[in-house]
Amino acid sequence: MLERSRKWIFPSLEGQKRKEAFQAYLFLLPWIIGFIVFLLVPLGMAAYSAFTRWVLIDPPPRWIGLENFQAMFTEDKYFGWSLGITVKYMLMTLIPFMILGLALSILLNQKLRGMNFFRTVFYVPAVVSGVAVTLLFMNLLHPEFGAINSFLRSLGVADPPNWINSPDWALPAVAFMGLWGIGGGAIIYLAGLQNIPPHLYEAAKIDGANSWQQFWKITLPLLSPTIFFVLITGIIGSFQVFTPAYILGGVSRFGPGSKYLRFYLLHIYIKGFQQGRLGYASALAWILFFISAIVVFIIYNRTERFVYYEEEGKGNS
Amino acid sequence: MTQSQSIDNIELSASSPNKIRFLRRKSVRKIVHAVFVYSLLIGIGILVLMPLSWMLTAALKGQGEPVYTLPASWVPTESFHWENFWKVLTNENYPLWRPALNTLMLVVLNIAGVLISNTLVAFAFARLDFPHKEFLFKLVILSMLMPGVVLFIPSFLLFNTLGWYGTYLPLWVGAFFGNSFYIFITRQYMRSFPKDLDDAARIDGCSRFGIYWRIILPLSKPVMTLMAVFTFMDTWNEFTGPLIYLNDPSKFTLSIALNYFRQSMFSGREPTTNLVMAAALLSVIPMLILYFLAQEQLIGGIASVGLKG
Repeated sequence: MLERSRKWIFPSLEGQKRKEAFQAYLFLLPWIIGFIVFLLVPLGMAAYSAFTRWVLIDPPPRWIGLENFQAMFTEDKYFGWSLGITVKYMLMTLIPFMILGLALSILLNQKLRGMNFFRTVFYVPAVVSGVAVTLLFMNLLHPEFGAINSFLRSLGVADPPNWINSPDWALPAVAFMGLWGIGGGAIIYLAGLQNIPPHLYEAAKIDGANSWQQFWKITLPLLSPTIFFVLITGIIGSFQVFTPAYILGGVSRFGPGSKYLRFYLLHIYIKGFQQGRLGYASALAWILFFISAIVVFIIYNRTERFVYYEEEGKGNS
Repeated sequence: MTQSQSIDNIELSASSPNKIRFLRRKSVRKIVHAVFVYSLLIGIGILVLMPLSWMLTAALKGQGEPVYTLPASWVPTESFHWENFWKVLTNENYPLWRPALNTLMLVVLNIAGVLISNTLVAFAFARLDFPHKEFLFKLVILSMLMPGVVLFIPSFLLFNTLGWYGTYLPLWVGAFFGNSFYIFITRQYMRSFPKDLDDAARIDGCSRFGIYWRIILPLSKPVMTLMAVFTFMDTWNEFTGPLIYLNDPSKFTLSIALNYFRQSMFSGREPTTNLVMAAALLSVIPMLILYFLAQEQLIGGIASVGLKG
């Protein structure tokens, strides 16, 4: 019976091979089920609901064609706005953070005593991320009494920024929090740096290259896969900003909070869960899907190479 | 490094006074370099730790004592109201021991799910041969690259339809069905063992599951530890999932309970900034302990994989 069903599933294989294939699929079963139930089905439902008027409190969804997508550009004031906030944040943080993270990792890569200690300390913020940290920074950035502004005043800044209460400084306040966690990114660079074979530097030194030349000619080119990886995750990360925007922006279950911190994901949340417009929120989610699909497409073409890279490395060790 | 040292030795054995002066200058430069690097590192280190130190200072302030002082108090010097932590956990309005236990329960379920499902799937990808393997693995990588937030609304549609809204189910069931990132790193790890292991075991009459259970799994402990630590941290810090699916404050997880606790501050009831900071610090302490215990695996893991969004 078992043999017959195996034969039916894998008609082209024989004996041991067929048995192995059948057992392999048993091992794969959790993922296959998960892939269908928790990925394909939700995506399918989202595809359907994007074309419907699906309101949480008024269940049967009604087909409305492209109306949701039209509404983004006509009726929804915050669609373009929230995309703008997200992109603005990305522009503000992506490149500066990459440069700072790289600089920090180079600092950590110096062959000096006690580096492990500093590495441990710098990585701490990446571990404690989340609500607790946002609440902490909310206090530190308090415009009147916060420790950061009182420090700025003591430096002689007469009129320090209003941070989250100010249209111009709300985003920098979120970026400030991100800056605190920059050690997390530095660890990834550090791993890349430590994979660069030391003999390259020795050869360059013998040829009389100074450290600046070594950086541009050896470090940067060999680190390019890592840099590229950090760039892509940074872009995707900007679209994932939620917790700080939600808490610092003062969103509650009922109020939309500050519009200056309305990141794209937060906008989806407000439409979908505060206003209960799930159909419209699905349409918004599809925009996010297509943006990330483009990013994923770019990274995928590169990762093929990256992945094989890894395997070769593993094989040697 | 060793090569350049041996070059130095050769130069030294030539021992012309010029060479020695050159070396001395070099060692002065080394000291300057070290001083420069250390002062930068210490400076950044202080900047990194200062916010946490402020949090502790604020958390230890007594009731009615100003949390915001001029100049800001960055280090606890005067007040040491350690009972604040106890108050936060057991106060009458909204004791936080309950959300802490809820979160812990989710952590345990998620770790169990992640360890079981991902090792099974990765075993097939790493050690077995089957049709469409390449294609399926490409699917794993593709879904690994897809950011989770894309499924924010779609998953809600599914779980809401299933009637899982208001329950813990959406927050742990998925863990039992594999996660592409974990499948990827586990498979990479499991591939590194020699193939002879499986063949020898098969000759001795070991079943496929026996190979997985008795040979590959014990060898995979490091990557399993890494997954457990990652899962602990992710589940502990998870905010959006509980925010969307849980509606009953007694079921809240720590992350949303913290926010709830803070918001109840504005309704004029008990929690004041010092207590909110005590609660935030309490929620962070398990992560810090876990980090210091599992540091090597964690940073080593990130280093060996080089991926973790």
